[in-house]
Amino acid sequence: MGLFRMPSLGADMEAGTLVEWLKKPGDKVASGDILAVVETQKGAIEIETFEAGVVDRLMTEVGQTVPVGTPLAMIRAEGEKAMAQPPLSPALAQMPPAARPWPAPPRPPVLAALPGGEIKASPAARKFAAEHGLDLSGIEGSGPEGAVVFVDVEVALRRAPPGPAPRAAVGPEPQKLSGPEGMRAAIAAAMARSKREIPHYYLGHAADITASLDWLAARNADRAPADRLLFGALLLKAAAAALRQFPEFNGFYRDGRFEPSKSIHVGMALALRGGGLIAPAIHDTDQLPLDRLMAQMRDLANRVRAGRFRSSEMADPTVTLTSLGERGADWVIPVIYPPQVAILGAGTPTAEPWVVEGGVVPRQICHLTLAADHRVSDGHRGALLLRAIADLLRAPEQL
Amino acid sequence: MNRDEIKAALLQQIGNIAPEADLSKLDPAVDFREELDIDSIGFLNLVIALAEQLRIPIPEKDYPRLRTIESALSYLTAATQRIA
Repeated sequence: MGLFRMPSLGADMEAGTLVEWLKKPGDKVASGDILAVVETQKGAIEIETFEAGVVDRLMTEVGQTVPVGTPLAMIRAEGEKAMAQPPLSPALAQMPPAARPWPAPPRPPVLAALPGGEIKASPAARKFAAEHGLDLSGIEGSGPEGAVVFVDVEVALRRAPPGPAPRAAVGPEPQKLSGPEGMRAAIAAAMARSKREIPHYYLGHAADITASLDWLAARNADRAPADRLLFGALLLKAAAAALRQFPEFNGFYRDGRFEPSKSIHVGMALALRGGGLIAPAIHDTDQLPLDRLMAQMRDLANRVRAGRFRSSEMADPTVTLTSLGERGADWVIPVIYPPQVAILGAGTPTAEPWVVEGGVVPRQICHLTLAADHRVSDGHRGALLLRAIADLLRAPEQL
Repeated sequence: MNRDEIKAALLQQIGNIAPEADLSKLDPAVDFREELDIDSIGFLNLVIALAEQLRIPIPEKDYPRLRTIESALSYLTAATQRIA
């Protein structure tokens, strides 16, 4: 029996709204199947399951906004017996905490220091209860040493008699979850955290990409439009391939230490029409042949712009590349997406005077930049990474 | 296909790439990629769609001729006639 939970689709996400169930109780599911669509600050996201089996029951209703980690559905292994309880949440909320079929939330709650006699509760539970005008003393705790944790407050809320929500006068109205304002708030939260916490350092390197552009033109000349490659695909591949030798730029900085990632999932920063941006991952970017990488890039861009992408694409870019495209500025000094530790930038390619063997010649130049986390890496290695990417772009046939 | 039909097809496909744009206000003599902020992936999608719908190849070296609605119409009309 496994729980399908509201996933965290980025460091800045606290809650999501269930928009649609794509499976119903009794449906068979395989790992990677899309179970539900959730509305977040980043738009509508298709949520995949990593549990295979049969949907036992749905625990959250369409329209509900629930915090990250909240169980959305129960998935039982095939052959396992169905739960006897009727479906949906009200029944669940009636059960005593000990009998609840899900374990405590994944991240162990940090208990605040307790002045004499005060009720033990996690900071998130305190905040949530205060927002809803609930008294912690009336809530049964299921956390360590009986502490009230987030889920307990949630259950208590559902038990509370219906009526006008006693939203206590704590802070402003909750932020609007979707739409341009929600996205702006999400960007603001992530970028403010980045600038507050991450000691960035920056490097730039002008890459001669004439060979790449010539190779692309020759390769695309006799291909149908749908089979043509864009320079953006070469950039993604070159960056991912170079990163294999530079693990200190690929991974996450969490709980005071760096966790390198074995896989290289490059997030591709995409500007949305109408404002905002989003950087979903292309999985195992370094392993993909150029054709497939290009197809995935196009598919991802199209789905993102249509407002549909998958939870796994949002959750796990290990590094990001922001490319200004054909009609942008010469270079960009990007801001790292926490908890990542590096972001690469690529300016708009332009013809520039360049010195080759003592003579000045016009060459196609792309200004590569790197912003990286000084807690994890140093500038010397960063410079080598940029040079490695530039070297790969000089030999595109090997990508 | 005559010029009017090709124009309808072109505007329809541009509308798919930039759904929020009011194409009736688009000046046929301006660079529409600039005007509508269409990036390289969006432009490639447009070329793919036009090549399929009009059954013409549209090689990369001809992309500059798709700069404005006017120039694109002349190019696409000539290209479809060449094929027919």
